[in-house]
Amino acid sequence: MNALARHRYHRAAPVVLVLLLLALITGVAAAVSTASSADAATATTAEDAAEGQKLFAANCASCHGLDATGTDGVAPSLVGVGAAAVDFQVGTGRMPMQSSGPQAIAKRTQFSEEEISQLAAYVASLGAGPAIPTAEQVDPELGDAAKGMELFRTNCAMCHGSVGGGGALTQGKYAPNLWETTPTHIYEAMLTGPQSMPVFNDANITPEGKRDIIAYLKAQDEGSPGGLRLGTIGPVAEGMWGWLVALGLIIASTVWIGARSS
Amino acid sequence: MGARVNTAAAGTANWVDERTSIGGFVKFFARKLFPDHWSFMLGEIALYSFVVLLLSGVFLTAFFVPSMTIVEYDGPLATMKGVEMSEAFASTLHMSFEVPGGLLMRQIHHWSALLFTAAIVTHMARVFFTGAFRKPRELNWLVGFTLMILSLAAGFSGYSLPDDVLSGNGLRIIEGVTRSVPIVGEYISYWIFGGEFPGEILIPRLFTMHVLLVPGLILVLVALHLFLVFLHKHTQYPGGGRKDTNVVGLPLFPVYTAKAGGFFFVVFGVIALVAAIFTINPVWNYGPYDPSPVSAGTQPDWYILFVDGALRLMPGWLFDVIPMEWEFWGYTLSLNILTPALILPGLFFGFLALYPWIEAWATGDRGEKHVLDRPRNAPVRTGIGVALISFYVILVMEGSNDIIANLFHLSLNDLTYFFRIGIFVIPVLAFWITRRLAIGLQRKDRELVLHGKETGRIVRHEHGEYQEVHEPLTDQERWVLVSYDDIAPLEIEPEYNDRGVRRKGYRWDRFKQRLSRLYFEKRISPVTPEELAEAQHAHH
Amino acid sequence: MSTTENPTSHESEHTTPESFEDPGLPYHRPRRADVDPKAEKKAERQVAALFGVSIVGTIVAVGAYMALDMTDEIDSIRFVNMMIGLGIFLAMIGIGFGAIHWAKTLMRDHEMVEERHELRSSEEARAGAIQNLKDGAEDSGIGVKRRPVLVGTGLSALLLAPLAVLWPQIGNMGADWNTSNFGHTMWRKGMRLTRDPDGTPIKASDVTIGSAFHVIPEGLNELEHHKIEEKAKAVVLLLRLDPRDLKIPEGREDWSFDGIVAYSKICTHVGCPVALYEQQTHHLLCPCHQSTFDVSDGAKVVFGPAKRPLPQLPIAIDDEGYIVAQSDFHEPIGPSYWTRLKDTSDGMHADDSEGSSH
Repeated sequence: MNALARHRYHRAAPVVLVLLLLALITGVAAAVSTASSADAATATTAEDAAEGQKLFAANCASCHGLDATGTDGVAPSLVGVGAAAVDFQVGTGRMPMQSSGPQAIAKRTQFSEEEISQLAAYVASLGAGPAIPTAEQVDPELGDAAKGMELFRTNCAMCHGSVGGGGALTQGKYAPNLWETTPTHIYEAMLTGPQSMPVFNDANITPEGKRDIIAYLKAQDEGSPGGLRLGTIGPVAEGMWGWLVALGLIIASTVWIGARSS
Repeated sequence: MGARVNTAAAGTANWVDERTSIGGFVKFFARKLFPDHWSFMLGEIALYSFVVLLLSGVFLTAFFVPSMTIVEYDGPLATMKGVEMSEAFASTLHMSFEVPGGLLMRQIHHWSALLFTAAIVTHMARVFFTGAFRKPRELNWLVGFTLMILSLAAGFSGYSLPDDVLSGNGLRIIEGVTRSVPIVGEYISYWIFGGEFPGEILIPRLFTMHVLLVPGLILVLVALHLFLVFLHKHTQYPGGGRKDTNVVGLPLFPVYTAKAGGFFFVVFGVIALVAAIFTINPVWNYGPYDPSPVSAGTQPDWYILFVDGALRLMPGWLFDVIPMEWEFWGYTLSLNILTPALILPGLFFGFLALYPWIEAWATGDRGEKHVLDRPRNAPVRTGIGVALISFYVILVMEGSNDIIANLFHLSLNDLTYFFRIGIFVIPVLAFWITRRLAIGLQRKDRELVLHGKETGRIVRHEHGEYQEVHEPLTDQERWVLVSYDDIAPLEIEPEYNDRGVRRKGYRWDRFKQRLSRLYFEKRISPVTPEELAEAQHAHH
Repeated sequence: MSTTENPTSHESEHTTPESFEDPGLPYHRPRRADVDPKAEKKAERQVAALFGVSIVGTIVAVGAYMALDMTDEIDSIRFVNMMIGLGIFLAMIGIGFGAIHWAKTLMRDHEMVEERHELRSSEEARAGAIQNLKDGAEDSGIGVKRRPVLVGTGLSALLLAPLAVLWPQIGNMGADWNTSNFGHTMWRKGMRLTRDPDGTPIKASDVTIGSAFHVIPEGLNELEHHKIEEKAKAVVLLLRLDPRDLKIPEGREDWSFDGIVAYSKICTHVGCPVALYEQQTHHLLCPCHQSTFDVSDGAKVVFGPAKRPLPQLPIAIDDEGYIVAQSDFHEPIGPSYWTRLKDTSDGMHADDSEGSSH
């Protein structure tokens, strides 16, 4: 056992070292890029933006216009919406929209991560707007779930439900369930206010506050101490289960009690 | 050993009897008969879930602190660390997260509450559809009705105790509704909340109501309800040997002691199972009450949902032009709140409470009824019952319209428009369809009595004709289908007497006659022996 | 058991009765356990096994409580509660099913008949009752109007006596009964709009188009008394629309600032927080009863049960660029009440300076 462990340690060591180095490099790179996001945007994405423009012309321009200034009554102008908006809308598959309806629906994304970042770079180059948050900004481990609870219930729960299960809006629109949404997309949604959602800029909910909200939502992954959650829909679902399961089981046993034994 | 036990038992019995004369009671009760049918156990579900409520409730009172004093949370729950909350909420979290089995007891208590109300409604529906409320049981119907109202009060006061955002918004709705009462509304609101909403005294007041006043009243009325059941002896379904003058069944001791006693454990067991597996009222999700936040899916427990639905259904502006809140002489009358929240439930419950008298009066039927109606043999009553249920269900669905909209990707506005029309149309349709169905079933019964059961066997007669063999019903089977009252609509005296003078009270009589006709005109009479004889003759 | 003969079996015209006759109790079919000792033994074993299940359940419940260590982890809390719950389930259901199975298979199941008696008392008892009441009335002198004064004063005293208890009790329950509190909130001229819940002030430049700020008055968090009651009335939604989208009601031209508007968050229907803001349609939806208000048009009702628009809070910008209130609301916030119009007068609170309501 000991020998085996030592043996494995030796064999794995180079791989671990390489991985650690890689992580260090990406970490530094990320830190640098956030430290000077404006610089990074001009320096590293000029090429990306050009690629992004091509993608845009092929996939988005039919609605948003070749210059991305939008078409009245069809699609909004994208000047100044920032990379965060693109990463959210395209990254969650809401854009490109396939059919018109009350609102754009999240679906399988049609682009690779690289293509999304190229599109984002292009749109970001059109005018200053919110950037994509860094990994640290959206790390639930660094957030305070209790503060997040207070912010979430004041600003978000009325539409998304008390723990982010989702809810209905007017005329067939709805606030989506947030349990499967990535922290980055949650952050971007707050920052950019997609569709019906209001904007929660950094003056309204600070970046730390946004991370607290993400921490609160991720705390829901642990499930309920009371057992199965019944969709956390609330008393309507509980009432239905009370009737169907509890009363149902008991009435089934009354039928057995009332039936004559053979 | 058996002998020794016997002597001991006899000794104890003697000791007790000499001090209480309990022997007479035991003699009276031990062999009392109860008819056997699953639908007669629905009321028992309500009774037993009430017992479970009492048992689990006692456990909860050992940990719950009915106080609105603000404290800072320092328990284990990460999402509540350092949050300000009332002691009521903090103690609810404490018993849920730090007391082993505490959350289970909370869930047992809440699931039993949902079951209690659901069982009462189901039991009431059984009594209604089988006509068990008729003479001499009108008073017991009223007692049961009052118990139903009390169960709503018990449920709502308990739902509000943890002082969470969900129930707090529910209380705020109650406050808004209270204010809408003309003239005294503002003062009733101050009286309930001890000043302005939410105040600092409401939770203690609700607590007393929830653990003392309401359950005390329920206990007294349950005792009365059961006393009247014993006094009247249980009703029974039609069948051979069952008459309005007797009761056929099995004795309380031992069969019903075992069956009904065992059933208590079944009810408790099922509640424990559901509470072990399914979360109910996760107050830690809603957070402590704060008047600013609200969450999507803000709804009361199912038994109050119909009022919430009515509030949603009522437009503030009729056809976008006629305001439903009136201002006159400097006063405000909020019909958009009063109508759905107070007038409509008042009428609905009022009709329900008085139904035994309404039906007796409309049908003129005055005898003691101990044999139940099969619902099809009272098509109008069954129709009314289904119409009431459909009315109620529409309100419940409107109360859940956001959930339905979200689940099925519909527009909640469209759902509301649909239910606004549906609330008028669907109950009428439900009445009409149900009555037709019931009459159709009566016709089918007649066919069955006259021509027997289809056997599926085809025989060829000597003259080449093919015919399916019909097996005649047994006496027992036939008796169930033919032993119901055949009541003719009311006949009244003519409008003018023989001297041509118009009679006083004619209009009233005419109204009664119309009602009576509604009930009985389209009746299907039971088959008579003569008809059966003719039908059999025709076959041969 | 039935001795009644089928009336139609004879087919003789002259004896056909008016209606069918009750065939009497049905034939009692014996159960398997009644006739087969093996089946009886088997049923007995089944019942015993069910009781055994119950004993196991009790052991599971008590054992789970004693042996399982509940930590702060959600998983652990769930596991302990679930195990105790399943134990109780088995303990109960075992007894229940066992007892019922016993009754169904092994206890005598011959139906018995008991006669009912009319509930009406016998004539004799009724006469006796009436006589007793008459005698009693005679003894007391009520019945024959010999003591009208006593009856009158006695009844009056009885009817009034509850007041002696109820009046003070009810009187105390409504605190100061000053319902005119419905008519005003803690908003005053120059009071800053601050973020809910942390109470930090908001600059006009913070509120970008499409933003929704949930707002409480400055100083609310520091209130010693009635903090929650004041919050219940004072919460406000602060929104910024493109000024071109905003239709400003007459007389409120100076209540907003460059597309920034503040409306009471309390629904005019029954008082839920109206908080769902759809920034594209500028509609505010109440999640409780779905009243919908159009913020771009004076928050007037476009759908649902509310009748009145949400009250608007007039705002201005102070020297440091923070958003402040110009005055209290000009009408009572929240649900209607009988004397609401008495508390509504334009400008009623407009000149209200730093006075405190509590």
